[in-house]
Amino acid sequence: MQDLIWLLPMFPLLGFLSLVLTSGNLPKKLVGVIGVGSIGLSFLAAAVIAYQFLDSGETKLVVDMWRWMAVGGFTPGFSFYFDGLAVVMVLIITGVGFLIHLYSAGFMLDDPSYSRFFSYMNLFVASMLVLVLADNLLLLYLGWEGVGLCSYLLIGFWYEKPENGYAARKAFVTTRVGDTSMAIGLFLLFAQFGTLNIQDVLQEAQAQWALGSGLAVAVSLLLLGGAVGKSAQLPLQTWLPDAMAGPTPISALIHAATMVTAGVYLIARTHVLFELAPNVQLLVAWIGLITLLMAGFTAMTQYDIKRILAYSTVSQIGYMFLGLGVGAWSASIFHLMTHAFFKALLFLAAGTIIHSLHHEHNIFNMGGKRKQLPISFASFMIGSLALAAFPFTSGYFSKDEILIAALEMEGPGMILWLGGVLGAFLTGIYSFRLVFVVFFGESRGHHEEAEVTGFSMATPLILLMVLALFGGWIQIPVAEVFAHGGEQEEHHISALMHGIMIAVPLLGIGLSYLFFMSKTFSVERLMQKPLAESLHRFWFSGWRMDGLYDFLFVRPFVLLAKINRRDVLDALYDLLVEISKTAHAMLARSQTGQLGLYALSIGVSAVLLISLGVLL
Amino acid sequence: MTSIPIEHGLILAGILFVLGLVGVLTRRNIVFVLMSLEIMINASGLAFIVAASRWEHADGQVMFLMILTLAAAEVAVGLGLIIQMYRRYHTVDIKMLSEMKG
Repeated sequence: MQDLIWLLPMFPLLGFLSLVLTSGNLPKKLVGVIGVGSIGLSFLAAAVIAYQFLDSGETKLVVDMWRWMAVGGFTPGFSFYFDGLAVVMVLIITGVGFLIHLYSAGFMLDDPSYSRFFSYMNLFVASMLVLVLADNLLLLYLGWEGVGLCSYLLIGFWYEKPENGYAARKAFVTTRVGDTSMAIGLFLLFAQFGTLNIQDVLQEAQAQWALGSGLAVAVSLLLLGGAVGKSAQLPLQTWLPDAMAGPTPISALIHAATMVTAGVYLIARTHVLFELAPNVQLLVAWIGLITLLMAGFTAMTQYDIKRILAYSTVSQIGYMFLGLGVGAWSASIFHLMTHAFFKALLFLAAGTIIHSLHHEHNIFNMGGKRKQLPISFASFMIGSLALAAFPFTSGYFSKDEILIAALEMEGPGMILWLGGVLGAFLTGIYSFRLVFVVFFGESRGHHEEAEVTGFSMATPLILLMVLALFGGWIQIPVAEVFAHGGEQEEHHISALMHGIMIAVPLLGIGLSYLFFMSKTFSVERLMQKPLAESLHRFWFSGWRMDGLYDFLFVRPFVLLAKINRRDVLDALYDLLVEISKTAHAMLARSQTGQLGLYALSIGVSAVLLISLGVLL
Repeated sequence: MTSIPIEHGLILAGILFVLGLVGVLTRRNIVFVLMSLEIMINASGLAFIVAASRWEHADGQVMFLMILTLAAAEVAVGLGLIIQMYRRYHTVDIKMLSEMKG
C-alpha cells in the first residue's frame, strides 16, 4: 500500500486531465463528481497510507517511480519522499482541499465555466502534492511552478474583467521574482554537491559547510527569497491581497491548503541549511515579525471582507516565519495546520456571506446578520476565536508554542516575543471588528436575502468548525524530522508570561467590542485627529508598498518600454530592409515588359562583355 | 581557283548579324522580328562555314547543319506561338504585349 504514494497526486491529475480534455462538455453533475471525487479519493489514499506509515514505526519512506532524465551525472527521478512532515502536509492539502472542493461544488454551480474551475483546482492540488512529496529539489520546483501557474489561472478566473487579469499577472510576476531567486539557489546547491536530492544535500551541507559559512548564507538567503515570494512575506507580500479577485473558494485554497504554505514548507524541509546560517535564520524571524505587524495594522483598516482575511493570512504566515526563525520548526508546521483549518473556515464562510448578499464585499453594508446568516455567523465566530488565539481553540495552542519558542530564544527573543504579542493584540482587534460589524448592531442593507447553503456548502463549514475548535489537540508526527534540533526540552515559562499571552488577544477583542459593539469609543471621533487619520490612510494603503513598488519598478519599466517602443537595435535591421526594398524598386522599374528593350540590353551587355574580354 | 579571303566572309557575316540585330530591336511586327532572328542565326552559320573553309576542317560544316536544324525547329515553335498570340490578342505588335512589366 505504501508503494502507492504516487496515487496521491495521480487522482487530482487524472481529474484535471479528464476535465480539461472534455473541455466543458460534461454535464455539471459529472464535473462535480470528478472534480470533488478525485480529491476525496486522494484524501482517502493519503489517510490509509499515513495510517500504515505511522503504524509501521518507520521514520521515512522513499518511493522511486522512474528516472526523469539523465544528464551527465545528474539523474533526478520522479521519486517521492514520505516522512512525518509529508504526512502532515499531505493530509492538510487533501483534507482541507477536499472540503473546499466540496464547498465549491455548491458555490460555483451557477458559473458557466464550472468545468474549467474544477480542472484548475485539481491541477492546483496535484502540483501542491508533488511539491510536498518530492524527493529532490527539481521535482519540488516542478510542483512549485505548477502551483504558481494554477494560482495565476485561478486568480484571473473571471478574466472578462481587466482588473482580475491585472491581479493575476501581479501575483504571477511577484512570485516569479522569488522563484528566480530560488532557482539560483538550486543551481548553487547543484554546483556544490552535484545532486539535488534533498536528504543528500542536507547531509552533505552538514558535513562540508561550517556554521555561518558564506555558501550556507548564500544558499539559505536564495531559498528564503523563493519562500517569501510564495508565502507573501515582506518584501513580496503585495500580491496576496489583490489575489482576492478570484472566486472565494480559490482564496480559501490559496490561503489555507496550498500555495502560501509552500514557502513555510520549503524552509521547514531545508531547515538544516538555515541552521547552518544563523543570521539568515534570524532574518526569517524578523521578516515574519515585521510582516505580521504590518499586515495586522493594515487588516484593521480594510473594509472589504476578503481583504481583511487576506491581510490576516499574511499576518498568520508571518507567525509561521517567526516560528521558523526562532527554530520552532514543528510549532510552525503546527500553526500551518491549525491556520489551514480556521482560515479555510473563515474564507468559506465569507464566501457564503458574499454569495447570500449578492456579491456584497463591504462589511459596513452588512450589520446585524447573525439571525439572517446563522451558519456563517457560527463559522465566523469560531474561526475568529481560533484566529485570535482564544484559549483552547486550535489557534491558541499553535500560536502559544511559537511565542514560547521566541521567548526562550537568546538574544533578540524578548523583542520578537513582544512583537508577536502585539501582533496577537492586533489579531484580536481586526478579527472581532469583522465579526461585530457584520453580525451585530443595526442592519445596514440587504435585509431580505436568506442564507444560501445546501448540503455541499454547509457540510465543509461544519466539519471545519469542529477542526478549528479542536484541531489544537492533534499531535503532529514531525518530531523525527526535526529531531536533531534541541527543541524537545520542557518549557520553562513563568505563569506571568502565560497570563500575558492569554490576556492580550482578549484585550484586543475587548477593545474591538468597545469600538464596534458598545460604541463606548467612536472610530469617527478618532478619525478627526489628523495623526490618526493619516495613519489610517497609510495603513489602509498597505503601508504604501504598492505605491513604492509602482514608483521603483513599474513606472521605470513602463518608461523604458516607452523610450524603447521603436526598438533601437531594430533600426539596424530596418536599414537592411530599406536597402533591399529600394534596390528592388529600382530593378523592378527595369522590367518594362518591352521585348525590344530586353533584346537591346542583351546585345549591349554582350558587346560590352566581349570587348572587355578582348581588351583585357 | 582563288579562295575568298577570310576577312571578307567574316565582314559579310558581321554585317548580316548587325542587320538582323537592328531588325530585332526596331521591328514591331513579331513576324519580322522572327525573320530578323533567322538572319542573325544564318550570319553566325556563315561565320562557321568561312572558318571551316579557312582551316579546312569539317567541324564548322557540322555545326552549320546543326544550326539549320535548330533554326527549323525554332521557326516551327515561333510561328506556332505567333498564331496563338494573334488568336488571343488580335495583334502582332510586340509593344502592345507588356503585361510582364515589373
